[in-house]
Amino acid sequence: MSATDGWQRMHPLSPVVRGGRATIAVAVILLPTVVRGGSLGDSYVQLALVAVLTAFGFLSWLVTRWRIDGDDLQIETGLLRRQSLRFPLSQVQAVDIVRPGLARIFRVAELRLRMGGASGSTARLAYLPEREVEPLRVRLLALARGEEQDGDAETPDAVVAEHVLTTVPTGRLVASILISDVGIVAEAVVAGLIVTALLAPAAATGVVSGGTVWIVSALTLVWRRFNQEYRLTVAEGPDGLHVRSGLVALTAETIRPGRVQAVRMVEPLLWRLLGWCRLEVDLAGRQRAKGEGEAQRRALRAVLPVGSRSLAEELLDRVVPDRPREQSRPPRRARWKSPLRYRMIAWGRTETCVATTSGRLRRVTCWVPLQKVQSLRRVQGPVQRSLHLASVHVDTAGRNVHATLRDRDVDEADRALAQLTALAREARRDPSGSAGEATDQ
Amino acid sequence: MAAATLAALVAAGALAAFAGVVAALACAGAAVVVGLAAEHIVQRRFSAWRYAEREDDLLVARGVLFSRLSVVPYGRMQFIDVTAGPLERSFRLATVRMHTAAAASDARIPGLDREDAARLRDRLAELGEAQAAGL
Repeated sequence: MSATDGWQRMHPLSPVVRGGRATIAVAVILLPTVVRGGSLGDSYVQLALVAVLTAFGFLSWLVTRWRIDGDDLQIETGLLRRQSLRFPLSQVQAVDIVRPGLARIFRVAELRLRMGGASGSTARLAYLPEREVEPLRVRLLALARGEEQDGDAETPDAVVAEHVLTTVPTGRLVASILISDVGIVAEAVVAGLIVTALLAPAAATGVVSGGTVWIVSALTLVWRRFNQEYRLTVAEGPDGLHVRSGLVALTAETIRPGRVQAVRMVEPLLWRLLGWCRLEVDLAGRQRAKGEGEAQRRALRAVLPVGSRSLAEELLDRVVPDRPREQSRPPRRARWKSPLRYRMIAWGRTETCVATTSGRLRRVTCWVPLQKVQSLRRVQGPVQRSLHLASVHVDTAGRNVHATLRDRDVDEADRALAQLTALAREARRDPSGSAGEATDQ
Repeated sequence: MAAATLAALVAAGALAAFAGVVAALACAGAAVVVGLAAEHIVQRRFSAWRYAEREDDLLVARGVLFSRLSVVPYGRMQFIDVTAGPLERSFRLATVRMHTAAAASDARIPGLDREDAARLRDRLAELGEAQAAGL
């Protein structure tokens, strides 16, 4: 590695891992020739293709470099269109370690920094040698907290000193996926296929070829969920909650306290029978890097893919310690406005946190630290006006969590709007309410 | 809206040349009624748009059927737009739009005089800078 001005390169194998499917495809193309014992010289086209791809990969590796410069992480990349990216470390929301299947084979890993602020982007260091990633992550997090780095002496302690809170059992994860919305759709598709195959084998082939896209996408969703949340482990460390998960692709993420924009607990209809729930946190980093799937772009991160209510409460204590225990119900006339939602609607608040519950079949509870409230809106539609009701929306960064004080009495809504505005203002002025806030801009 | 009513009357007058006086009068009457109703709706919509600059936040109210009231703290504003479409430009008007990190908080003030809009933007930007809070 060249060490001029602290610039460093990625791992030499990164283009291969970055290529992902392309690499596998190339291997598959070349494999038959090699296995058959024929000399590679016979397949000029394939060879030329491989050579070109290798050259491109090598070039992209050659022109990509990164360094930590004071409070910034700098990444330079691109041969023709030179790109120099600068990420202020003070805005780091979370640092993830991602290891796709190929990366695990080659023992490399990607470091992904989720940035907050107006730029709201993701810095990717792909790929670094596995053993360098963890120390680097600790160092970046320390820099993000505004601490001066005093050598690498303290890094091992920070890695070790964590306390595992929970690991999701695989059986429970499978069961929960099977009775989730995604799972039921996939099961319906598969069941439909089997029934058609039994009743009319001839028609089945037609269905399979015609509906391939649907079948594949349904199964992909299920697989992705399973792959992402397999053996998800939550541990408490000095720098926040550590979340690790993955079957083929491994991800590790640190959720820094005070960076959580909102927390959401989802209880689907069938899960409620078993007393299960799902806990997700919203970190403001929006993932917009190209080459990322829809699933990764969602900023919501499952802290608990499936678990009991008490387990969720335990985790909630770490993320939003001061949260309302009691929620108040809307007036009875709200039934006419939201007949399906009526049973679920509720809201409550403390001095630093607001909680709302809603949902038709599934129950969704949101907690928003008042310090993170972006804006408040009072909305009243024609039906609500005739019933003397109004809703208050609590807007948080991003577009994933919708916390709404739904269908309250107009007077209550107005009062809530005024109170929440004042409390949010106080919370912004005096951010000592939760830890880790000192580094906010 | 008075202009729209006038246009309808002119159209009705033109119709009179082809389809007799009674039909023309009926058309004119209908046009007046529609015009007045439209004027009433637009008037209410227009007067529902209000905004207030408070010490720490901006209030924007709008909507007749769906009434909305947004509270946007100055410290949460990430940037402020002033836009003017072709129609707005021809009347020397502009729209000021406040952006926060939340996708849902939509606070905009349309139909401001162009100079007022620029002044409001500068004032808001200044207040936003002074009270800026991190994410």
